Amino acid sequence: MTDTQSGLLSSQHDWSSAAARKRVKRRYAADRRLQFYGIGAIALSILLLGVLFSSLMFTGYVAFYTTKVALEVPFAADQFDKDKLGDANYRGIAKTAFLTYFPEVTSRAEQRNLVKIMSSGAPYIIRDFVVANPDRIGSTVTIQVPVSDPFDQLYKGVIPRYIDALGQDRIALFEKLQRRNVIKIEGGKAFAATDIFVNPAEIPDGDITKADLHGMVREGFAAYYPKQTSRAYQEILAEDASTQVLRAKIEAEPGIVGKTVTLMLPLAPAYDELARTGASKIVNPRFGDKAEFVWFDKLISAGAISTPFTWELFTNADSRYPELAGLAGALSGSFFALLVCFLLSFPIGIATAVYLEEFAPKNKWTDLVEVNINNLAAVPSVVFGLLGLALFINTFGLPRSAPLVGGMVLALMTLPTIIVATRAALKGVPPSIREAALGVGASKHQVMLHHVIPLSLPGILTGTIIGLAQALGETAPLLLIGMNAFIPSIENMGLTQPAMALPTQIFSWADSPERGFVSRTSAAIMVLLGFLVIMNILAVYLRRKFERKW
Amino acid sequence: MEHQVVEGSKPVTVPALDPTITARGVNVFYGDKQAIFDVDVDVPRNAITSFIGPSGCGKSTFLRCINRMNDTIPICTVTGDIRIDGEDIYDPRLDVVELRARVGMVFQKPNPFPKSIYENIAYGPRIHGLTRSKKELDELVEKCLEKAGLLKEVKDRMNEPGTGLSGGQQQRLCIARAIATRPEVILMDEPCSALDPIATAKVEELMEELKENYTIIIVTHSMQQAARVSQRTAFFHLGKLVENGDTRQIFTNPSDKRTQDYITGRFG
Ligand SMILES: Nc1ncnc2c1ncn2[C@@H]1O[C@H](COP(=O)(O)OP(=O)(O)OP(=O)(O)O)[C@@H](O)[C@H]1O
Ligand SMILES: [Mg+2]
Repeated sequence: MTDTQSGLLSSQHDWSSAAARKRVKRRYAADRRLQFYGIGAIALSILLLGVLFSSLMFTGYVAFYTTKVALEVPFAADQFDKDKLGDANYRGIAKTAFLTYFPEVTSRAEQRNLVKIMSSGAPYIIRDFVVANPDRIGSTVTIQVPVSDPFDQLYKGVIPRYIDALGQDRIALFEKLQRRNVIKIEGGKAFAATDIFVNPAEIPDGDITKADLHGMVREGFAAYYPKQTSRAYQEILAEDASTQVLRAKIEAEPGIVGKTVTLMLPLAPAYDELARTGASKIVNPRFGDKAEFVWFDKLISAGAISTPFTWELFTNADSRYPELAGLAGALSGSFFALLVCFLLSFPIGIATAVYLEEFAPKNKWTDLVEVNINNLAAVPSVVFGLLGLALFINTFGLPRSAPLVGGMVLALMTLPTIIVATRAALKGVPPSIREAALGVGASKHQVMLHHVIPLSLPGILTGTIIGLAQALGETAPLLLIGMNAFIPSIENMGLTQPAMALPTQIFSWADSPERGFVSRTSAAIMVLLGFLVIMNILAVYLRRKFERKW
Repeated sequence: MEHQVVEGSKPVTVPALDPTITARGVNVFYGDKQAIFDVDVDVPRNAITSFIGPSGCGKSTFLRCINRMNDTIPICTVTGDIRIDGEDIYDPRLDVVELRARVGMVFQKPNPFPKSIYENIAYGPRIHGLTRSKKELDELVEKCLEKAGLLKEVKDRMNEPGTGLSGGQQQRLCIARAIATRPEVILMDEPCSALDPIATAKVEELMEELKENYTIIIVTHSMQQAARVSQRTAFFHLGKLVENGDTRQIFTNPSDKRTQDYITGRFG
């Protein structure tokens, strides 16, 4: 030791000076600040996660129960042919059974509207029941069938019976008429008392069938809005009905041609409502008309409506009708794709990692391979989808839309994750263990198989499960290879059959216009997240189980 | 063994020069850097030989040449001739795995496998097929633990992890593991540096017993330990073998100035 060093070390430091105390204080403050940042960040992410989950729950929970109507179906023996049970007139059977709730509705047109309350899938549900229980033919069976989507959503309170048809500016336009006392209510209907000049020039040859009555009504009504540039006021009148009124008037009193008459013109439904009730509620256009509510309410008061758990969400295939659509196809597609993905990526990934980590000579080539594997992990998944499309489908001629190809593409994506995780796990095994094994005369592969791999198994499994969880949620590559096939049947599910996967199912439902698919989408996301959570719990469990101290 | 006649006469005697291991002209390189320079050394049979020398002088490196552990370091190259019982261990036809079973090693830091105590010892015999039945294996495990002086302490916890033992117990477990493959030579690289004096005494006692049947090389930084346990001593300095001879002679009357300086604590 040199003298200068010992001098430096032996110089006394004053730990109680003001500067030292200030330094200590600053250090504590910095510690606290850092802690605060950390807590803040965690709180924020928990909050965001909470928002995500609660919004999912909020929109999704209604998909877990279905509004169903109980049908008393009498299976008369003469309706069925024993050898062709699937071919009976189930549409008719369903319709008859449903109409028994409404003996008073007799007109065919009304009946047609009425039956729309029941899901279009009802005949198939009855058919499946008969095919499964042929012994019940001859008896009367109560079968629960879903109601169609609008009524399902109505019963769940997702959509209202009436909606506000008019915005603020429309109402203002209308109120102008009211202020000028143009709007009259007569016999429960609202009318606009409109002055119309019956222009003879518009009636060629005095033939009113050729007359532009429409234009006359418009012109007359436009006089109430002389300075309006927007044509929004034209929506106020029920145009066709108003034209009818004018025509009837001219036909009844031909003498008014060339004069101005005051006509009571009917209003469009929304404005009619607004005039009479002060609010512009109209029947939600998802329903035909008000009569349907009355019918539906009758079903409710008859106790025919119930809301059982939607097992169909897991057992049904996809469907155009949201009340019938289920995830069975997507679950099986995802299962097979993940199976293929696992079977390919796990052994290949581990073999690659073990070779690179333990056996490969360190040279330019292995460096290059290593860099490329790390880069592969960063390649956007869409690119793998394109690769799969070009290679597996176009070059190798594997079937489109099949979980086999999906799994192969996902394996490409998962491989780098598994390789990187495995290498990290192998690196984490202390060299002393290898030396110990080599020291008692284990060969290189024995060292690997007996010691290093078992010890790195927790890391390998965690990496694998995380890779698979990523693969489970991957959408883009599956879309590219067509794994978003609409398969409305759960037969023919397999490795090479066209299929759907969970994320592509979510994608396709999210894209559908029917209201019921909104909650179905959220429910499917919840199912997907549920699987991800299960997989992550499994990863943690396996890590705990295989973890060993040294 | 035909050479057992050498033993039995106490106190320490210089063993007859009946070398098990003979090294001639050994050079070791780590990449371009030479760590061992032209070392010639003989290690006598059924005796303890200690390698001493300042840190970084190449004791471990040379020791690892004897069971070819250096092969596992890619940049390391060994030249020269090392023979055990006249057999060239760097002969390309020789099976390294078998060599390592015949030349056991105990490391500086106890490194039991993270498996049960039983498995730790049974592993070597099992991969080399040294026993024919489960019963035989059980007996072997017990015998090794007995020899390592550990049996009494672990008899009823054979299935508990070896990593759960104390440091001294772990090191004795590693010695038991090393003798389980019935080696002829045991290499010990600072086996007691992580142990307290009592555990050290136990290990030294154990070595004393083991030398009846094994040829032991121990690397140590403790002059006292070298003087206590070994019959022969080799002093390394800067990668060269400076002096090699009877322990008593080296510690009482070294012929090289550097040896003198080292053992009297003038450098190191
Ligand atoms: N794996 C390695 N790669 C490169 N150089 C090494 C390696 N191992 C040892 N060396 C070098 O070889 C020389 C001898 O090292 P070695 O470990 O044999 O010394 P030692 O005598 O055992 O020292 P100590 O008493 O501190 O254990 C040192 O200079 C060291 O830096
Ligand atoms: Mg050393």
